[in-house]
Amino acid sequence: MKICVLVKEVPDAAVEKRIDLSTGRMDRSGEKNLNPYDTHAIEAAMQIKEGGAVPVEEIVAVTMGPDSAVRALHKAVSLGADRSVHLSDEVVAGSDVAATGYALAKTLQRESPDLVLLGQQSDDGECYTIGAVVAEHLGMPSLTQVIKMDVAPESLRCERQAEYGYDTVEVRLPAVISVGDAINEPRYPSLKAIMGAKKKPLETVTAADVEIDPGKVGGDNSAAHWIAAKAPPAKAAGEIIEDEDTGETVERIVAWLDERKLI
Amino acid sequence: MADILVYALHYEGAINKNSLGAVSEGARLAAELGGEAHAILLGTDVPDELAASLGNYGAKKVLVAEGPEGLAQPLVDAMAKAIDDGGYSYALFGGGLLGFEIGAGLAARLGAGVVMEVTNVRAEDGELIAERPILGDSAISEIRYRSSVGIVIGRLNAFEIAETGAGAAPVEQLEFELSPHAGGATMVTRGEQRGADVDIEGADILVAGGRGLGKAEGFQLCEDLAAAFGGNSAVAATRAVVDAGWYPYAAQIGQTGKTVSPKLYLAAGISGAIQHKVGMQASENIVAINKDANAPIFEFSDLGVVGDLNKILPKLTEAVKAKKGS
Ligand SMILES: Cc1cc2nc3c(=O)[nH]c(=O)nc-3n(C[C@H](O)[C@H](O)[C@H](O)COP(=O)(O)OP(=O)(O)OC[C@H]3O[C@@H](n4cnc5c(N)ncnc54)[C@H](O)[C@@H]3O)c2cc1C
Ligand SMILES: Nc1ncnc2c1ncn2[C@@H]1O[C@H](COP(=O)(O)O)[C@@H](O)[C@H]1O
Repeated sequence: MKICVLVKEVPDAAVEKRIDLSTGRMDRSGEKNLNPYDTHAIEAAMQIKEGGAVPVEEIVAVTMGPDSAVRALHKAVSLGADRSVHLSDEVVAGSDVAATGYALAKTLQRESPDLVLLGQQSDDGECYTIGAVVAEHLGMPSLTQVIKMDVAPESLRCERQAEYGYDTVEVRLPAVISVGDAINEPRYPSLKAIMGAKKKPLETVTAADVEIDPGKVGGDNSAAHWIAAKAPPAKAAGEIIEDEDTGETVERIVAWLDERKLI
Repeated sequence: MADILVYALHYEGAINKNSLGAVSEGARLAAELGGEAHAILLGTDVPDELAASLGNYGAKKVLVAEGPEGLAQPLVDAMAKAIDDGGYSYALFGGGLLGFEIGAGLAARLGAGVVMEVTNVRAEDGELIAERPILGDSAISEIRYRSSVGIVIGRLNAFEIAETGAGAAPVEQLEFELSPHAGGATMVTRGEQRGADVDIEGADILVAGGRGLGKAEGFQLCEDLAAAFGGNSAVAATRAVVDAGWYPYAAQIGQTGKTVSPKLYLAAGISGAIQHKVGMQASENIVAINKDANAPIFEFSDLGVVGDLNKILPKLTEAVKAKKGS
């Protein structure tokens, strides 16, 4: 079995994310990191490989992004991927969800994976849906928010929470699965793995290399067209208590509740 | 002509509330665009009366397709066929989970633009503009569609339910072909309720616990506080702790759980993710205890307490008991 894991570079959680109000694009300056949700997808791939129910030949990390995105690939490799593929091309910059999913699907097609894994969401884009777009282009069954996955040679048995409770779904391979963050506890990379990550094969491909139709990608060709941004309606700031003396904190909470006749 | 096709999710003989909101919203927008809103349901033996009832929310016609329930890809096939036959300009979904998957798959199939987490839609010059909050709701972006079909996926509870009193809508069967990949997923069991059947919707006071409780036993702190409040109080939870098996699914608030609006919602160890916020933001008074001063929940709480819940909750429970006893 060959597993491809889609990973993304996102602004570090500690960086305050901003958009450029004139273009609607994210301000991507500042510290960046591998999307934390994607570490669960890599861990899920590692657990399949180590689980032994089906032999896994290879785990390949795939990303689309600017030059700096190679760092996300290095991180993915340090967490267990065998090699990585970087789709890097000016023409895909500014793609919306649908165009990003199309470009990633074209990149994946060359790899012919048996299983494509994604994270539940990107920390910056928060669309939750790239998996569904990729699956449609690849003509594969798919499911998002999966928190348990049992692998058999031809299929997966997946569990996830949907609108009415937990569903168990049998999915035929090849398939595209986005995993929820409850699926596992990602491991930390060893120092050796971190040092060795740069030595693992990393292939950089252009849009032409993977036969992406340039008319279907990039900001200008994206069908969801950003026109403006505005501030959300102002909301009165709440009161804040910093807990120093807990006895006093609790007194203040009780007084606050009492004033509102909540006790 | 600008007709809107609205997906209606149904389960065990009832239409999902967010779908009723979406149908109402579709009807409102279609009227502004000079078109009609039609709804679509997919399932095995969907009762005609259930489908027709969407007329009360403004659907002028309801399409019913036969296929496997609870999965997104069969709906991509069915809606693509309906759009092909009916020339719809927009497809609209209420908040939840399936709608996200269907809408995104449909966007890929049709080469259409898609916007998710939409909180507001307006008609302008004969087209729809979708508003979507981004970056933890710190800004709202406005998006236009440059494709012949635009796909709008609402945020949970974004669209208000409006009954028009129009009565039953005509129901039509939709014939479509299931694509091979849509046939690649099979529902084994659906809607399993993990944990006890607790009621949080009727409570006036909810003490909600999240991952910050540290372990399943941490919920005892929430239960003690709820018991101290007494009366009509209950304990609620986030998806993170329900997925972890710490608390019953029936107590979960949010996008794939319950929507609540108690007099008091007190959160302990909850970060305040959007998917949780959408299920509780209508609460009258919101109090949050979190050790991280930058936790998003403080952006929408009326009283925020920065501190360790393990220190605060036991003392708060005692103080509430004392107050009630006085
Ligand atoms: C499609 C989809 C649907 C979803 N549906 C839902 C849903 O219905 N409901 C829902 O809740 N979520 C839902 N989620 C998940 C949601 O995005 C968050 O992951 C989840 O709400 C986080 O739960 P949490 O706040 O318990 O955990 P975390 O985000 O991990 O937050 C834990 C918090 O506890 C604080 N903390 C830790 N220790 C202490 C301490 N000792 N004292 C005080 N504070 C402490 C931390 O600072 C942190 O802020 C959904 C996600 C997706 C993608
Ligand atoms: N540019 C990208 N390159 C590779 N994978 C991506 C990219 N954007 C999103 N993904 C994957 O899609 C998942 C969901 O992202 P999103 O739909 O943006 O919330 C992420 O967790 C990643 O696995």
